[in-house]
Amino acid sequence: MTPESSYPGESLLQVEGLKKYFPVKRGFLKRTSGWIKAVDGVDFEVEQGKTLGLVGESGCGKSTVARMLLRLLDADGGRILYRGKDINTLYGNDVKRLRKEVQIIFQDPFGSLNPRMSAGQAVEEGLRAVGITDRQERRARVEGLLALVGLSGESFDRYPHEFSGGQRQRIGIARALSVEPSLIICDEPVSALDVSIQAQILNLLKNLQEEFGLSYLFISHDLNVVGYISDMVAVMYLGHIMEYGPSDTLFDHSRHPYTRALLSSVPVPGETKEIAPLSGDVPSPLNPPPGCKFQGRCPLVEERCRQEEISFYRVGEDHFARCWKAPDL
Amino acid sequence: MSPANDILLSVKDLAVSFRSGDGVARAVDGVSFEICKGETVCIVGESGCGKTVSALSILGLIPSPLGEIVAGEILFQGLNLVGLDEERLRAIRGKKIAMVFQEPITSLNPVFTIGDQIAEAIEIHESLPRDKVHQRCLSLLKDVGIASPEERLQDYPHQLSGGQRQRVMIAMALSCMPELLIADEPTTALDVTVQSQILQLLATLQKRHGTSILYITHDLAVVSHIATRIYVMYAGLIVEQATTDRIFKSSKHPYTQGLLASLPSRLKKGQQLPSIPGTVPDPAHRPEGCPFHPRCGFAIASCRVEFPEMCDYGDGHLSRCPVLFESVSGKGDLP
Repeated sequence: MTPESSYPGESLLQVEGLKKYFPVKRGFLKRTSGWIKAVDGVDFEVEQGKTLGLVGESGCGKSTVARMLLRLLDADGGRILYRGKDINTLYGNDVKRLRKEVQIIFQDPFGSLNPRMSAGQAVEEGLRAVGITDRQERRARVEGLLALVGLSGESFDRYPHEFSGGQRQRIGIARALSVEPSLIICDEPVSALDVSIQAQILNLLKNLQEEFGLSYLFISHDLNVVGYISDMVAVMYLGHIMEYGPSDTLFDHSRHPYTRALLSSVPVPGETKEIAPLSGDVPSPLNPPPGCKFQGRCPLVEERCRQEEISFYRVGEDHFARCWKAPDL
Repeated sequence: MSPANDILLSVKDLAVSFRSGDGVARAVDGVSFEICKGETVCIVGESGCGKTVSALSILGLIPSPLGEIVAGEILFQGLNLVGLDEERLRAIRGKKIAMVFQEPITSLNPVFTIGDQIAEAIEIHESLPRDKVHQRCLSLLKDVGIASPEERLQDYPHQLSGGQRQRVMIAMALSCMPELLIADEPTTALDVTVQSQILQLLATLQKRHGTSILYITHDLAVVSHIATRIYVMYAGLIVEQATTDRIFKSSKHPYTQGLLASLPSRLKKGQQLPSIPGTVPDPAHRPEGCPFHPRCGFAIASCRVEFPEMCDYGDGHLSRCPVLFESVSGKGDLP
């Protein structure tokens, strides 16, 4: 959110004006010929015990944001305040301490587990990293964690290939929980799973949130899932947050043409109406035109959208949008 | 359902098995379905239920010798495609029945241009002069909504976006005006906005050419927007079939009901999602009796031993659950 609207101490995570530019190198000397503005001024906050849904099409910068929150990438601008402290200024052991607090669950349960480590070892790794040296204690805690995510005790010695996709995702969740984090970044955690398994994992995430007061940053492209699990939603497009607000407000009274287009292109089970698609493709993030990034596909585009870049502003209580026309929508 | 003379494709009691280290897996175990002219039929199911294998069987694409069609027939315009020799199958494949796959990037050849690949499909089936083929390629790309088609014909697959690649696949599939288009999860790898564009494109093309579409997916949300009729598959079987409306409003199979209830949506926020317990059974070790009984809330003793027959609810609505059928018709005492 914008700096003036934030109250230090109230939210767990505050992101202000976050930026990440990737250089594009060309030619023999690998000279930088341009910049891809993957994340270009992103603001949001995650409150304790709440879920923020981050939605957007592929290439909009969702995962880059996630990687910066874990310090897997360094930000090029802006601040990431975790419990009021800017994580970009952390070094060495402090980064380790941050990763004990902020964990991630990945999309692909096949690619994110080491095939040579048993489920127990994968979860134990986290405990070892936070300095629990007693083997007996570690074993007991791992078994407790596996039970917590709904896996049987025998799972300890089994290897990833012996599990189904849903079970592997449960191992990923147990591994993230092992260090007792406060914030878990869920990067498309259910999109690789079957429908009947998706509901099981969503329920598990919800129950764990209630039990431990966890906060989630839930990244997904599936608006049905995001609408189900999120308290707040941020809609991203080409490195910008286009709209940010409480989930219900965003779904019912969206103030941005992109959010509206996104919502109308989502198929709803049981509905038979034809879906209204948004025309065109996401433009290349390399050298985007001046002005609003959505101008090329926006049905409401007008002259000033092509000239001036619009900043993020408040359109309602906790509701922000990046569109000139937001007040009239 | 439409009268019998409108039936374009009819699959009867199809069974396909695969040999593996674990023994023989019955991927498809007695599946029957029909597609009428100009209709969009969906096969819905989770991974490993046999939906893709059913589609591949139609085109004779089951990898031999690992897999084999062990029973059943596939009648396309009265001609049985099972056991047909390769030469006659090739005359049908791409010409009368075409297929669009899930991942356009793996289905396109990276070392040939888009133009070459579409032209190849045309040249195999029709003897046209070069300039005519070129004309056809251009108009196909225009049809599927690709901007500046003349330039795109010279492009290689990696130069296009995911949505454009899928459009090219559709152009290729439509190149010989097939009567049946099989689309196997064509939008699963795409963004929602692109997905809705592709769905609209398929609907428009269908209206224009009267092509029948067999659409295979796991996504119930997509299904409800495009299908006229739905077949729900589970563990190699069709467990329920009906019109789209009836599947969503009055499903008669516990599996379909469970799937529909478990879909997350904003309206269910704060509630526990009713999920189906357990996982899909391994095709090599399916349970006895009804394959769904270990996960079913309505299962009674007989479900463990008796194979469930299709129960007829009228108007083409069939469901493979005798327990619910008897309770509806008043013979049983279950809900």
